[in-house]
Amino acid sequence: MRDSAKAVTGSSRRTILKFTAALAAGCALPAFHRRAFAQPASIKVGFPVPLTGPYGSEAADQVRCAQLAIEDFNKAGGLNGRLAELLVRDDKLNAAEAVTRTLELIEKDKVDMIVGSLSGAVLLAVNEACKARGVPYNGLSISDRINEAKDFGPTTYHEGLAPHLSVGALGRYAFAGSSKKVAYLIADYEFGYEMRRAFQSVAEQTGAQTVAEIKHPLGMQDFSSLFPKIISAKPDVLCVLNFGRDQLNVLKQASEFGLKERMSIVVGALSTTQRIAGGADAYAGVIGASNYYWAAETKFASAKAFNAAYAAKYKGGVPSDYGSYGYGGVRSMLELARKAGGVGAAALADAASTGFKFDLYKGPQEIRACDHQSIQAVFILKSKAEAEMKGPNDTFEIVSIVQGDESKLRSCAELGHKA
Amino acid sequence: MKSTAVATPSMWERMDPRRLMGGVSQHRVLASAAVLAVLPLLVPYPALAINVLIYGLFAAGFNLVFGYTGLLSLGHAALFGTGAYGCGIAIAVLGLPWYAAILVGLVFSTVSAALIGGLAIRTRGVYFGMVTLALAQCLYFLFYQWVSVTGGESGLRGVMVPSIDIGPIHLDLFDPVQKYYFLLAFVVLALMAFSRILDSPFGAVIEGIRENENRARASGYNVWFLKWMSFVLSGLFCGLAGALNAIHLGVVSIDSLFYTTSGTVVMMVLLGGMGTFFGPFVGAAAFLSLEDITANWTSHWQLIAGLVFIACVRFFPRGIWGSILARLRA
Amino acid sequence: MTEIPFDLIALQVLTGLALGCIYVLVATGLTLIFGLLNIVNFAHGAFYAAGAYLGVFAFTYTGNFWLSLVAVPFGMALIGLPTERFLLRPVYGRDPSYPLLLTFGLGYVIVELIRIAFGTDGIPFNAPAALKGSLFFGDIAFPRYRLFVMAFTAALLAGLWFLIEKTSFGLIIRAGARNPEIVSVLGVDTSRVWMLIFALGTAVAGVAGFLAAPMRGVIPEMGVTVLIEAFVITVVGGMGSLPGAVIAGLSMGVVVSLTSYFAADYSNVVMFAIMAAVLLVRPQGLLGRPEFAR
Repeated sequence: MRDSAKAVTGSSRRTILKFTAALAAGCALPAFHRRAFAQPASIKVGFPVPLTGPYGSEAADQVRCAQLAIEDFNKAGGLNGRLAELLVRDDKLNAAEAVTRTLELIEKDKVDMIVGSLSGAVLLAVNEACKARGVPYNGLSISDRINEAKDFGPTTYHEGLAPHLSVGALGRYAFAGSSKKVAYLIADYEFGYEMRRAFQSVAEQTGAQTVAEIKHPLGMQDFSSLFPKIISAKPDVLCVLNFGRDQLNVLKQASEFGLKERMSIVVGALSTTQRIAGGADAYAGVIGASNYYWAAETKFASAKAFNAAYAAKYKGGVPSDYGSYGYGGVRSMLELARKAGGVGAAALADAASTGFKFDLYKGPQEIRACDHQSIQAVFILKSKAEAEMKGPNDTFEIVSIVQGDESKLRSCAELGHKA
Repeated sequence: MKSTAVATPSMWERMDPRRLMGGVSQHRVLASAAVLAVLPLLVPYPALAINVLIYGLFAAGFNLVFGYTGLLSLGHAALFGTGAYGCGIAIAVLGLPWYAAILVGLVFSTVSAALIGGLAIRTRGVYFGMVTLALAQCLYFLFYQWVSVTGGESGLRGVMVPSIDIGPIHLDLFDPVQKYYFLLAFVVLALMAFSRILDSPFGAVIEGIRENENRARASGYNVWFLKWMSFVLSGLFCGLAGALNAIHLGVVSIDSLFYTTSGTVVMMVLLGGMGTFFGPFVGAAAFLSLEDITANWTSHWQLIAGLVFIACVRFFPRGIWGSILARLRA
Repeated sequence: MTEIPFDLIALQVLTGLALGCIYVLVATGLTLIFGLLNIVNFAHGAFYAAGAYLGVFAFTYTGNFWLSLVAVPFGMALIGLPTERFLLRPVYGRDPSYPLLLTFGLGYVIVELIRIAFGTDGIPFNAPAALKGSLFFGDIAFPRYRLFVMAFTAALLAGLWFLIEKTSFGLIIRAGARNPEIVSVLGVDTSRVWMLIFALGTAVAGVAGFLAAPMRGVIPEMGVTVLIEAFVITVVGGMGSLPGAVIAGLSMGVVVSLTSYFAADYSNVVMFAIMAAVLLVRPQGLLGRPEFAR
């Protein structure tokens, strides 16, 4: 390997020097650039989301919606004239990168709050960094763990659904009727286990009986080897408790192996982007829980206004479920700041401690005092077959919208909170 | 590289780059420490400077095996990751003080290095790369499944070291600048050790193995043992980098053990200059800055990173620092 | 433990064989390139993804699965030829880690280009109507498409075997792999042979990707796991050995499938465990040439 290095010519040496100089200039430039444009008076909202990687388009829609939230807040006068500004960063779906970006936002940009995340590992890591430094953080991804006393801190907020709430609603729908036989296919990580636990508590209430329970490694390409066991257990319902590419592959292969004809399929979390990537055939008839679907505009005035503002700003289209988390997450924190009369972590926690109710885009929501969980409606959706779709955005049918209330969450005591 | 000039050199002669290089390379630890000491002033934010420091040390440890001994390991994530987990588990689960935790991290990474090295050094060439990759993935799965201790996919949280008291000195580790210089102290110590290793007879022999393994064997050296020793020492440096990273971030993510981390460190060393003392730090700085800058322009930064890497391997196999050194010495 | 019915085990084995065929298909291109060019192709996963996207792209124009299946290898060859000529050929004769690192970088670039051209989300793609549905063996149903993939793999391997063992081109390949100097002294343009071999390996990777498309999602990262799996198969089978890849691929498919039945969450660990074990007992792999390992 060493000999080859001797072949470096004079011209390439010059190129190296130029390259090095450009790199050095590049290093110094952003520092200057960012400082020159910072506005000291504004409320700075850091927004680290995974713009690169498999969930790039979910993250891009979260940014679009978050920008809309900032705009709506500023239009309404801001916080006594103090306007908000969004600082978007790419967390690359990697916990270490997300913490680095969080430290950048806190230490250099001096943000007032951070909103974001699309995976459980990133959510918990960013929360840890924000908690230690006393910066308010509103997590957007689905998690039960973050509400528990061990990970929760006074600066923690959680706009994302708690599986106990969303899967609870889904399970009560899917397990209704005489005692159903249920098979579970569970992704081998926190997200899967949380969903499984949530289904379990519903199963105990409804008398559903577990006939098979299979854990699969994350990122599995081919699930066909798991199917014989599922088929032979003869379940009425198959609960698929994974996300993203894994979910897409399971549903594609389940259709291929004719599982859909033998049982109904329920997924713990349904997302528009995954449905579009997987295609109507793979998802047809699948039932799942979600935080938002645009067709709710016929039920809620706030949803109608949100959809209209989105379409106006981005020239058509509808906000996605994950995208709307970006809106709700940013807007609710800013509205909380309005209530608190400031953006300090203590002031926000104080304002949240008396309960905070609002309706920003999906009907009534509330921040629970003990764990700052957003109590919200759960959408039970059914994926449409190609023939039933009236347009490219007409992907789901709303089976029901289950309004959230305190009784459907795990109790504060159960989570380990004192109050 | 000792100067043989007898007459007192004029000022211009003193400014001669070759002469300067000769002087600097005699004091490479000091020179490296000086550059790293001013690094926070050069990069846009402190967390990036800390990453350069940590990944630079990681790359330096990898360079011992890759650049100096001539073994392309594709499993170095295992050494970095176990160092991070060892330190993290000691703090978050066992509640040990930070200095003991760093030691635990070093024990974890050194044991992993001894095991992986011991098994992989039986093979050669690209096979060595594949075996290290496979064994590192085995460790990844092990730590992934060991949820009760490592937190599994969710990562290990609670690796908090808010402040440190050493005698009369009180350091606030939530202050990024204090944290930087605290970590720098460890990196400088590591570089001193690294320099000593390179200057020792052992350092000369591993470079001999890289150049011609058969000749080294014919000269009566136990090549297997020397390669293994190099791998284990590498584990010490990479594990220290991992342990410092755990303290820096306050969390340990399972990604630190994933094979992509091994790929990153290969890229850094090649970008900086394999087989050079300071090259890994230059490579880490170049890689991380490139990523930081391009990620602000476009979500397709991987395209740019990939192209730069290809160009580097294809046209500048000496890397940035290696090419600069070659020019100055020419 | 309750008794497991025989037909269930039979189905599990059949599923494993079908899975193994995909492993074999992916490992074939990799082992071909390694065996003849001594290149560890880290861009293999990216080529696999590129093949799937190329096929789906061709399908949107032709609307015909079979035409697209024919188009993929030719399209892939157009990627493979310049890759070998301009990226890899200049580093022949240097340390084998050079092509490894170059293809590693190339993999990044290809995946990112796919994201730019086709988006990050993936594209839905289904099996052709003729291959939809299942065949029934008594009580057991098995998808037609997977049976087709098994048959296709067998045909492809037979074709490759014929090409390498029975044609004059194959004779040059085999001779060139043993001793390139002698072959070029005899007046054969070896550089063109290497280029064609690399293109062939790329084409096989692309076809594997396209065949996988109706079973798995067509997404930019689809090659990542596959690359790792293909490495494991090639190393276990013996790098550069085509029969080794076939034996290792099929048996690994069955092992993974049976592990899935008893402990599904360990189904990917088992691959690496077997690989580590094989490397300890027999570093060159099942049918590998020992000089690679020592």
